[in-house]
Amino acid sequence: MSLQEYKDIFYNGVWKQNTGIVQLLGMCPVLAVSSTVVNGVSLGIATAVVMALSGAAVAPIRSFVPNEIRIPVFILIIAVLVTVVQYLMNAYMYGLYVVLGIFIPLIVTNCIVLARVEAFASKNTVLPSALDGFAMGLGLTAVLGVLGAFRELVGKGTLFSGIDLALGDAAKDLVLHVIPSYKGFLLAILPPGAFIGLGCLIAWKNWLNLRAQRKSNTPAAIAPIDAGCSPATHG
Amino acid sequence: MRRIARSTLQTAINLVFFSVLGTAVLASTFFMTHDAIQKSEEGEKLKLIMQIVPHDLFDNDIIQDKLNIPANELLGTTDITTAYRARLKGEPSAVVLESIAPDGYSGKIYLILAVRANGELAGVRVVSHKETPGLGDYIDIQKSPWIKGFDGKSRAVYKDADWKVKKDGGQFDYMAGATITPRAVVKAVNKALIYFGENRDKLFAPNETGKEKQS
Repeated sequence: MSLQEYKDIFYNGVWKQNTGIVQLLGMCPVLAVSSTVVNGVSLGIATAVVMALSGAAVAPIRSFVPNEIRIPVFILIIAVLVTVVQYLMNAYMYGLYVVLGIFIPLIVTNCIVLARVEAFASKNTVLPSALDGFAMGLGLTAVLGVLGAFRELVGKGTLFSGIDLALGDAAKDLVLHVIPSYKGFLLAILPPGAFIGLGCLIAWKNWLNLRAQRKSNTPAAIAPIDAGCSPATHG
Repeated sequence: MRRIARSTLQTAINLVFFSVLGTAVLASTFFMTHDAIQKSEEGEKLKLIMQIVPHDLFDNDIIQDKLNIPANELLGTTDITTAYRARLKGEPSAVVLESIAPDGYSGKIYLILAVRANGELAGVRVVSHKETPGLGDYIDIQKSPWIKGFDGKSRAVYKDADWKVKKDGGQFDYMAGATITPRAVVKAVNKALIYFGENRDKLFAPNETGKEKQS
């Protein structure tokens, strides 16, 4: 594979086919965990790690696994990797583990992981597969970070609250109180805030796409949005 | 027919192979991280206990001085919980109990409370809850100091009628718009103190046999 192809994979994952705002896969964690920057980015990174590892794990065995049982085998591999990540977080980042709690095991059910394994890793070699998974995860992390920042800022008037859970007590001073003595805006913290924020982000991405098209004057349609959880539509 | 059987067998072997491999990876990770996980869990618990048991109240290893308590209606527990005993120069000074308030606004509220040997509350903290953010979550020390209102209270000072929020004629503060949550917490704390009163001697019983079992 040439360098350009790797660049394409990366660009695809982080921006063009962004899981959070283009493919709209893995809505559950995006909506549930994006209440603060730290929560969002932490779960995003955990997902990216799992995706990179599962891509790298599935690619070398893709020719040994019979077609009929590939889905159970892939899910088994993903579940094992997620559980390993969960153990590691529980052991070495306990505070964060408590906060993310239920959402770590739920990475298994995040269809974006299986979607990329099925659509990409089962057809490619190890390195591109790992990169694809990682780039997709990074794209998700970015969306979670932006959405988390929006909700935290509007809802609580702070940024990076809870960062001491991820980086240790010494990081407590990194919390920014952007709006001093802010009373808080509950809607942004509660689930509706997640839907509204995500809607704005998707609209912004579509607007960028449309503007780019108008500039280049190519009469192409808006990038198709794959809603739902069907890996079969990819690839 | 034989070909179908063979390919079925092959598929099965394949699946079994990956299951065994996966189990092996999980088992080894489990053993590798087991000690660290236990340590961080104990560390977290100790941090919580330190918040509610004053430092000058004990000189023993609280985490190790534990006692299993069977499920009890007064504590609201449905499973075995652990009590930790604080001792000063061998004399019992306080006990840390777990308690569950079953009637929170959205589900159970898990509490941990430290009771001094004389029946006075040293402190109460909410371990976990699902109360509405911004409304009922002021029972959490990170949101408001409300829970510190229990410090120093006991059933010797407050009678049953006092163990209610002010709205119900009791002695405890509440915030308008969220009375169900503090009501549940106050009730649970009172019941836990009743439990303490009834089981005081058992709770402070020396730990000799327990210690041997652990090692």
